[in-house]
Amino acid sequence: MTDLLRPRAMGRSPRRVEGPAKVTGTAPYASDQPVHDPVHAWLVQAEVARGVVTSVDTGRALAEEGVLTVLTPDNAPRLASTEDAELAALQSHDVDFRGQVLAVVVARTPETARHAASLVRVVVEQRPHDVRLSGDRADLYAPEQVNGGFETDTAEGDLAAGLAQAAHVVDRTYTTAWYNNNPLEPHATTAVWSDENLLLYDSTQGVHTTREAVAETFGLSPERVHVISPHVGGGFGAKGTAHVHAILAAMAARALPDVPVKLALTRQQMYSLVGYRTPTIQRVRLGGSADGRLTALAVDAIGQTSRFKEFAEQTAVPARTMYAAPHRRTTHRLAALDVPVPAWMRAPGECPGMFGPEVAMDELAIACGLDPVEFRVRNEPEVEPESGKPFSSRNLVACLREGARRFGWSHRDPTPGARQESGWRVGTGVAASTYPVNRSPGSEANIRFTAPGRYRVEIGAADIGTGTWTSLAQIAADALGVDHGDVELRIGDTRLPKASVAGGSSGITSWGSTVVAAARAFREKFGDRPDDGDETCVAMPESSASDDYAMHAFGAQFAEVRVHVDTGEVRVPRLLGVFAVGRVVNPRLARSQLVGGMTMGLSMALHEHSLLDERFGHVVNHDLAEYHIATNSDVPDVEAHWIEEHDPHTNPMGTKGIGEIGIVGTAAAIVNAAHHATGIRVRDLPLTLDHFVR
Amino acid sequence: MIPFDYRRAADVEGAVAEAARTGAAFLAGGTNLVDRMKLGVSAPEVLVDINRLPLDGVEELPGGGLRVGATVRNSDLAAHPVVRRDYPLLSRALLSGASGQLRTLATTGGNLLQRTRCLYFQDTSTPCNKREPGSGCSAIDGHNRQHAILGASEHCVAVHPSDMAVAMAALDATVLVHGPGGPRTVPLTDLHRLPGDEPHRDTVLSAADLITAVDLPPLPRGTRSLYRKVRDRASYAFALVSVALVLHVDDDVVRDVRIALGGVAHKPWRARRAEGVLRGRPVSADVFLEAAEAELADARPLSGNAFKVPLARNVIVSALRDLAWEER
Ligand SMILES: Cc1cc2nc3c(=O)[nH]c(=O)nc-3n(C[C@H](O)[C@H](O)[C@H](O)COP(=O)(O)OP(=O)(O)OC[C@H]3O[C@@H](n4cnc5c(N)ncnc54)[C@H](O)[C@@H]3O)c2cc1C
Ligand code: SF4
Repeated sequence: MTDLLRPRAMGRSPRRVEGPAKVTGTAPYASDQPVHDPVHAWLVQAEVARGVVTSVDTGRALAEEGVLTVLTPDNAPRLASTEDAELAALQSHDVDFRGQVLAVVVARTPETARHAASLVRVVVEQRPHDVRLSGDRADLYAPEQVNGGFETDTAEGDLAAGLAQAAHVVDRTYTTAWYNNNPLEPHATTAVWSDENLLLYDSTQGVHTTREAVAETFGLSPERVHVISPHVGGGFGAKGTAHVHAILAAMAARALPDVPVKLALTRQQMYSLVGYRTPTIQRVRLGGSADGRLTALAVDAIGQTSRFKEFAEQTAVPARTMYAAPHRRTTHRLAALDVPVPAWMRAPGECPGMFGPEVAMDELAIACGLDPVEFRVRNEPEVEPESGKPFSSRNLVACLREGARRFGWSHRDPTPGARQESGWRVGTGVAASTYPVNRSPGSEANIRFTAPGRYRVEIGAADIGTGTWTSLAQIAADALGVDHGDVELRIGDTRLPKASVAGGSSGITSWGSTVVAAARAFREKFGDRPDDGDETCVAMPESSASDDYAMHAFGAQFAEVRVHVDTGEVRVPRLLGVFAVGRVVNPRLARSQLVGGMTMGLSMALHEHSLLDERFGHVVNHDLAEYHIATNSDVPDVEAHWIEEHDPHTNPMGTKGIGEIGIVGTAAAIVNAAHHATGIRVRDLPLTLDHFVR
Repeated sequence: MIPFDYRRAADVEGAVAEAARTGAAFLAGGTNLVDRMKLGVSAPEVLVDINRLPLDGVEELPGGGLRVGATVRNSDLAAHPVVRRDYPLLSRALLSGASGQLRTLATTGGNLLQRTRCLYFQDTSTPCNKREPGSGCSAIDGHNRQHAILGASEHCVAVHPSDMAVAMAALDATVLVHGPGGPRTVPLTDLHRLPGDEPHRDTVLSAADLITAVDLPPLPRGTRSLYRKVRDRASYAFALVSVALVLHVDDDVVRDVRIALGGVAHKPWRARRAEGVLRGRPVSADVFLEAAEAELADARPLSGNAFKVPLARNVIVSALRDLAWEER
């Protein structure tokens, strides 16, 4: 058990400290950083999904006034490491996916660079490509492990027997679509290379992560790479690992020593260069006894990866945690395709992986004649089903009950299609949410006292819009026993002590634990009356809690859905979530994370859908006019609440991570509500009107 | 950079002469043209800015009706008191289009002449007959959820994206054009073409034809109207199907009816067959259905938009129903 911090600043809701800078446009984002006389890079991308570059003619581009250089697979310098194939920019003549970068043009203005890029003639000998994901491909394979380091397959008991015993069986296939991360701020890097030192202003979820990737790729020692990223306009995972544009910016900067090179991706380019969420095909089998207890539970998940680099979404992993069942199995299979490499998108694994199972739970509840809240309560496990570990805390039932109370669930007539109001069929639905408590190793924090009474807390953490600037300072204040205002936090720079990536909702757990350890060490060393300049730097302490406990956040989401009788239009007038996420450091910021996650879940349920054109091999609705994300009018009323939860095991703050759980389960709750409204069961997202119009 | 010239027109004749001489494109709000230039879909060598021309007025016409200048902003037109009073469906249609920011820039002329949102038209890495005649149509066997069910050809199945034009089609509006040969008028329903084997030609206008205004005839007393748009999200999306309806019912008999559909064809689609079925008939659910089905009898849905047929039918029927039986 950890020594829990006494909350004074934690639990309050100070506003974002960087808010005024952001709303007045003075907060420097990666592409806004003032650099002297920058030049601009523009990318040339492959227009076929597979092939070999046979020639590149840069003559016309170079002849344009203002063009400084054009890098191609023919002339690009060799990189020290091509281990990460995604970062092996211009190292080979092979084309592995449509949109792959085949050249980069650097010019004095972005307009010139863009025009010159259109003049580069790349001849590609096209090869047949294969981008079609389907469940019946003969070449589906089992990856060694899946994202997060989880086992690919698990099994317990005898699934066939469990299903045979069941009074009711659900055996259905559910699909989630291809989704693209669309943070408001497109990826951007400004690079300056001087004297074998590389400075990068990058939009990243982790300055040190970017530094490591770039240093390794160029064979530099990490100290020579300086990454600065004070503000990030969203990432949702797409800025959690370095992508090829950062390498290209650095490569261009190396070709033009001492000259700042700016490379900002367009929205369209993001659809092939910064990762995305794989589409998934999930076969879910559930067996239920006559009294509504699961006898069997199986999730077989299929996703895609690129052929040149593997990414295996851990879609079936949440099923290992959620419900008790004696006979069970989970599997993951992948199709390796000529597509860009998928990557993290808010709650990889949990987000798609709680869609199929939570809809199937609704289907089985109905088959068993049970209320879906009650049905879930009945299948609460005593310990984590597959690991057998006790939960450090698990309050799914409390969330379901509190959510049902707040939502007015008890008045619900379970009959599908029973309610109609002025031309709209009305229904309600529920689904559960879960997200693991992740802790990433490797952070360090430095605390320095400056008289008369300020504490400078330094850690290379990231604020990707989540509120780190504010909440991490609150934690530091409580750890030091001082006011929030006496803490001067510094983050977003590799000159600061090393920090782990803002990913897996692990930021506050990891950086917070580190800051608390540093504060405790500081007080131990210097007492309550330190001298000017006293400082101490410590690394994140080890924790064995995860050996002994299963640590997860839980939640329950309730949706009201209206489906228009004539048009089939689907609206979600009300969405309510109740979460058990440990201690909430800053309620204002936490609510914004949870409401944001739920909104993104609603958007996934109703709208989002990257349209792959199999003939060409790329996503053709690659902009925000055509890739629909929920608008304000789609989201009239989203409420997020949490229950008091004290978990002494997760970390000294007692927190669990709130950045991702909000998106988990939302789509299932909405699909379940749509079924209640209409009697039509949709198993393939998105829930567009064509499912309902008759 | 890609060079282009920019000229500001001083008067209508000058603008037309400039366009006739140089093949210039007229620049109004720029919300569509500039986007296309950035995407590489359009590359005019000269832009003639028409924003300073005296075409930004809305005037009541002596014999009734309204003349809407070509550079009147969509937001101003939607908010105009006479439009809101006499042509509420037009106001509705305008407000259902794009976003507040876009409507503040978008103009009457530009809205009519905005080009299709077909994904392939906007993506220069794919074939498209409209963008590059003879290159092929990527949508016919591709993603065509948004595309046409009526009046398409084997060469192009795109739809016209405007909401405003659909309302104007139901209003029997007239487009005032000033071309190299002087002024002329074109009925709004004849402005846009069906694709046929020349899908690159959206309209009957030539490049140097400047739209100067749109005339809206008065609606007879006792008519009611509505504009209804069905789309994939609650706001900021193009129509899957929209309907503009002008209806005059007297003694439970349809005296006059004008129906225009959006999102179903290469042009705002006047549903003349449905109108023919309805005119002179007593209002009834059966007649409404008969009318809708008559109109859609020739619908040819594509691989991804079969739902548009029942959707259009339901939207027509429910619009008729709602207007016919609306409380007076
Ligand atoms: C994201 C997005 C969503 C949108 N959603 C909708 C929607 O839901 N519904 C809808 O109806 N519209 C929608 N629009 C389109 C918008 O309505 C049009 O872009 C706008 O109306 C165009 O007007 P403009 O004045 O900016 O035209 P411009 O871009 O200036 O011009 C468009 C074309 O018309 C020509 N032109 C302009 N004026 C004249 C004239 N007087 N005479 C001759 N030629 C002329 C130009 O040369 C150009 O080819 C959307 C646009 C965007 C970007
Ligand atoms: S539908 Fe028309 S605009 Fe679209 S690809 Fe085909 S030809 Fe081009």
